[in-house]
Amino acid sequence: MALAKRIIPCLDVDAGRVVKGVRFVDIRDAGDPVEVAARYDEQGADEITFLDITASSDDRETTAHVVEAIAGQVFIPLTVGGGIRKVADVRRLLNAGADKVAINTAAVFNPDFVAEAAAHFGAQCIVVAIDAKQVAAGADGALRWEIFTHGGRKPTGIDAVAWARRMAESGAGEILLTSMDRDGTKAGFDLALTRAVAEAVPVPVIASGGVGTLEHLVEGVIEGHADAVLAASIFHFGEFTVGQAKRCMADAGIEMRLD
Amino acid sequence: MARVAVLDLGTGNLHSVHKALEHVAEGGHTVEVTADPARVRRAQRVVLPGQGAIGTCIRALEERGLRELVLELAGAVPLLGICLGLQVLYAHSEEDGGVEGLDLLAGRVRGFRPEPGSGMKVPHMGWNRVHQTRPHPLWEGIEDGARFYFVHSFYADGTPAETTGETGYGIRFTSAAGHDNIFAVQFHPEKSQRAGLQLLRNFLAWDGS
Repeated sequence: MALAKRIIPCLDVDAGRVVKGVRFVDIRDAGDPVEVAARYDEQGADEITFLDITASSDDRETTAHVVEAIAGQVFIPLTVGGGIRKVADVRRLLNAGADKVAINTAAVFNPDFVAEAAAHFGAQCIVVAIDAKQVAAGADGALRWEIFTHGGRKPTGIDAVAWARRMAESGAGEILLTSMDRDGTKAGFDLALTRAVAEAVPVPVIASGGVGTLEHLVEGVIEGHADAVLAASIFHFGEFTVGQAKRCMADAGIEMRLD
Repeated sequence: MARVAVLDLGTGNLHSVHKALEHVAEGGHTVEVTADPARVRRAQRVVLPGQGAIGTCIRALEERGLRELVLELAGAVPLLGICLGLQVLYAHSEEDGGVEGLDLLAGRVRGFRPEPGSGMKVPHMGWNRVHQTRPHPLWEGIEDGARFYFVHSFYADGTPAETTGETGYGIRFTSAAGHDNIFAVQFHPEKSQRAGLQLLRNFLAWDGS
């Protein structure tokens, strides 16, 4: 299969600055999003994801401007997530230059929103973001994960694998799957979760949460069966370049875009 | 100095196509996004982008009075179809229960049908290789087998005579097509970094012959 697996650096953006991470008390400033995005593009990133973690609506305007500035100079796909609740929010970000939007909490509270957004703009630009945490095993002893909202603080009682399947049926063109247990730990992806979702849905799955080494990226694809891997902190602070990550994955026999 | 019209069918993300064309035009051409037939008629290059569903795209062309104009201009100025803008140029698509296209290219548009258990994902999303099956001015400076960014669930099954590039995803499909002054690509050059920008630059430099 000549289709390459993708590496997607993720920028968590708060009030116009890149930060990492969402769930840490100690949020470190990692720079200007336009500069950071341009650097990743230069290093060979296959896409860029931009998660707006800004709480206030004033700063949402800032986000649209940042998206516009990035889209004006980075010619690879750009996904934007955070606070998307209405069709108008999707339109505003697509008009600013986003290629895809990631819908998270709004999908949980209003599942029809995903279908509505996909009908308006096409499934290709609708990513459903799922934040999942492992919960007690079912009666059959099988591993189980549930969806959490509000940055992983609120449980919903919804089974993550069933939810992913439902979202794909509703029109999600892609699933961005984050393990809340692993996010920020640098202990590697939750591979069992990734594989369970990747095998359950017909659409591509992006693995997220927990990357601390380049080997973790390799595992996400080979053991987790992810179509793409997302990472933030290993790239932000210069530990590794995107190019190094791609070469490591290619050396492990994974089809990558290296040109 | 050419006027480039990017057709606004109200569906896709036109910002990317517009920005990428402006980036490569470097002020040498004017690029405008428009649905106004009078403005489209004055353009020396026409770009037909498209995303979403083909039925919506064809309807949008008709509602804006652009269907006949595109057919007319397709024989007159260099025309670049992108993604759904490639698919609408074919005679027929099986999407939406069967839709008649513009019939400027011979062939049909079909849906990917992964074998159960194959793990092949639809949409075909990401960077895949384009094998250049025929020389064309739009391939100038682009390596054979270069990767471009794709996102689509339907693909064109074109004729060898009109196919300029092929890509493998389960089957081999027409990822680029050319006929007289028409060039069309299934991938997104505006999202395909250096190779994509080179293709857009080549399009602006192309006189259609």
